[in-house]
Amino acid sequence: MQEVEKIVNGKDLFKRPEYQDVLANKKQFESSMLAINPARVAEVQAWTESWDYREKNLAREAITVNPAKACQPLGAVMVALGFEGTMPYVHGSHGCVAYFRSYFTRHFKEPTPCVSDSMTEDAAVFGGLVNMKEGLKNCAAVYKPKMIAVSTTCMAEVIGDDLMAFIIAAKEEDGGQYLPEEYPIPFAHTPSFVGSHITGYDNMMHGIMSQLTEGQKGETKKRINIIPGFETYIGSLRSVKTIVEAFGTDYIMLGDHSDQWDMPAGQYEMFQGGTKLDDARDCINSSATISLQKYATSKTMKMVEKRWKHAGGFSNPVGLKGTDEFVMKLSELTGTEVPQKLKVERGRLVDAMQDSYPYMHGKKFAIWGDPDFLIGAVSFLLEMGAEPTHVLCHNAPKGWEEEMRAMLDTSPAKDSLNVWAEKDLWHMRSLLYTEPVDFMIGNSYGKELMRDTGTPLIYIGFPIFDRHHLHRYSISGYDGALNLLTWITNKVLDQLDEDTKGIATTDYFFDLIR
Amino acid sequence: MAGAASLRQIAFYGKGGIGKSTTSQNTLAAMSHYFDKNIMIVGCDPKADSTRLILHEKAQDTILSLAAELGTIEDVEMEQARLWGKGLFDKETPGGWINCTESGGPEPGVGCAGRGVITAINFLEEEGAYDEEGLDFVSYDVLGDVVCGGFAMPIREGKAQEIYIVMSGEMMAMYAANNISKGILKYANTGGVRLAGLVCNARMTDKEYDLALELAQRLGTQLIHFVPRNNIVQHAELRRMTVVEYSPYSDQAREYKELARKIVYNDMKIIPTPITMDELEELLLAFGLEDEVDESQVGKAAEA
Repeated sequence: MQEVEKIVNGKDLFKRPEYQDVLANKKQFESSMLAINPARVAEVQAWTESWDYREKNLAREAITVNPAKACQPLGAVMVALGFEGTMPYVHGSHGCVAYFRSYFTRHFKEPTPCVSDSMTEDAAVFGGLVNMKEGLKNCAAVYKPKMIAVSTTCMAEVIGDDLMAFIIAAKEEDGGQYLPEEYPIPFAHTPSFVGSHITGYDNMMHGIMSQLTEGQKGETKKRINIIPGFETYIGSLRSVKTIVEAFGTDYIMLGDHSDQWDMPAGQYEMFQGGTKLDDARDCINSSATISLQKYATSKTMKMVEKRWKHAGGFSNPVGLKGTDEFVMKLSELTGTEVPQKLKVERGRLVDAMQDSYPYMHGKKFAIWGDPDFLIGAVSFLLEMGAEPTHVLCHNAPKGWEEEMRAMLDTSPAKDSLNVWAEKDLWHMRSLLYTEPVDFMIGNSYGKELMRDTGTPLIYIGFPIFDRHHLHRYSISGYDGALNLLTWITNKVLDQLDEDTKGIATTDYFFDLIR
Repeated sequence: MAGAASLRQIAFYGKGGIGKSTTSQNTLAAMSHYFDKNIMIVGCDPKADSTRLILHEKAQDTILSLAAELGTIEDVEMEQARLWGKGLFDKETPGGWINCTESGGPEPGVGCAGRGVITAINFLEEEGAYDEEGLDFVSYDVLGDVVCGGFAMPIREGKAQEIYIVMSGEMMAMYAANNISKGILKYANTGGVRLAGLVCNARMTDKEYDLALELAQRLGTQLIHFVPRNNIVQHAELRRMTVVEYSPYSDQAREYKELARKIVYNDMKIIPTPITMDELEELLLAFGLEDEVDESQVGKAAEA
């Protein structure tokens, strides 16, 4: 038991005899270890590390093991929390929503407001209209958000609930008490059996931008919209804003959750920061829109480019080249010379890259994550002369594999670099055993891979549940690239120390100065 | 919302086997040929027969069968899923054009056909099918009753605003027409969908016209056209053609032309007033489709 005067965590607590007894007793009943031949277990385990198993694993069609993606509404919830005073509302089952909340909260270590209208069996049979009417009213009455952004879970999608009609019906029945006619309730259908969280991000962003701007088309203003995409690095949002502000241009960041998931201690407020709703309504009148994540905003950008006829397009400001392109795009759109401040920042980054180059050059990496993150991060690895041996994207949309391949083909090591689209982390396990690498770059779900294969894991990605504060930093812009450089290089150096610390055996290179 | 502001979206609903697909294709053919309308047909029936007369084909590849073949809906290309009409209805010939898509559905007994309709319509929306230059009409041909949310997809907000119910003077067809009206009512209360008329596809039963007219009035709508039975329709169908194309000067072609004219200029779109089961029974009795039941005989077996 815990002693009040000396509280310890599980690591020490469970060593105590009373817990050890429990664990030993449990084994008798629950574990069938005694009935299994340990030699056979070891044999099968060794087989899972073989090429033979790898071939079978890669041929797997029916199931996913240890996925490297989440589902649509998660992305929709992120979009909603990037707008001023907006409550994400998920039309569907309660359990799904508990998952979205805890997923974000475990990553950001901040509360994540999000409500559900708790559809159950009867709603699945008779439709979710009643839940929607009650839910919207309750949400507006209890939390008083400025906007409610409605997305859906699989259940509501399979039975085909009509969100637009339901929302109109809810407002009508309410008669203006809690849900006045003009109360903004944008919506998006986000079936989880299609795409991934970035698809949901795209759908909700499209929903909010198209629905809030209805009837708002007016004179075009010299102003740039920035859509960050499914960005989990709070610092990245701030870096991007700093860069845009350096050009002195008017801009709107659409979906800015940097304050929502980075609240200071003190009085709790449910909503903080976010894109002003007036700005969101007026974003149709900007002259340009830049999306920082191509694959997470394809539907939204189609509307912006084809219907709204905005200039801009895509720019992924991760790494040196990516940031350069973003800066040049801004320079072009604003007709302004690149500010001195950015030139200096760039110079510092290039200098730092040169300092660390010998350590990253030639190192082999396995990396996984969202398609846009990978485009940026792999570009940076290539800039540093590293070899991204395995680039794995579980939620790769059409066209991504080809783009990544083309990028890898610019490396002198191209023949040993592999793209793995639509593969999961159990595939990655086979890859790591058969074609080992020096380091992995990925999220917390690589933890087991780290334990199984002994490959060091550099925590960059989403979600990161078991390391602190990384999400507060930036991976975008010149300062973001410097963070990537620092994290990766120092892990390389840590490992170098680890490999050379043997007294009188390997410590001929256990150097004080690296 | 997809499509130009002037775009009209209509849907044909009706009991299975009533001749919905035949009637809709012949009517749309007439709208395109005689009134220069550009039309997209969206077949929402797993048996995928909503477009064969326009395409002169047995049945086109459906969106869902393409998706199943390719592994995912994202890999389906618009050119595979949407075909341009043949003969009179392609883009080159004078008059309007028609392009055709079929949603398709799962094999019988598995999966969710309604979800199939939703997936297919979303696909068309995302691929820009509704934004085709010059498109005047989108027509949905929907299987049977409004049995679930999926089959109501065409009458969702922002989709079909005018519903035509194809029926004939028999009990089950009228029952279905009334049921579909209930479905429309559900959506019409909060949205823009309206019942735009009944199309009676005559089977030449007794008092059929009067019965259809009476039902239309009870539902608060119009009997927009009474299409007489004519074997020429079957003859045309054997050649996988519409009557409009097969025999443009026939009486039947003129009937479809008239129906087409009425739809193009239709200004009677109402919220339906479905009737109760008892009222429906009464109606059938009054028109002699059912015999008065002798309550004393109910439940008794035939005498040996």
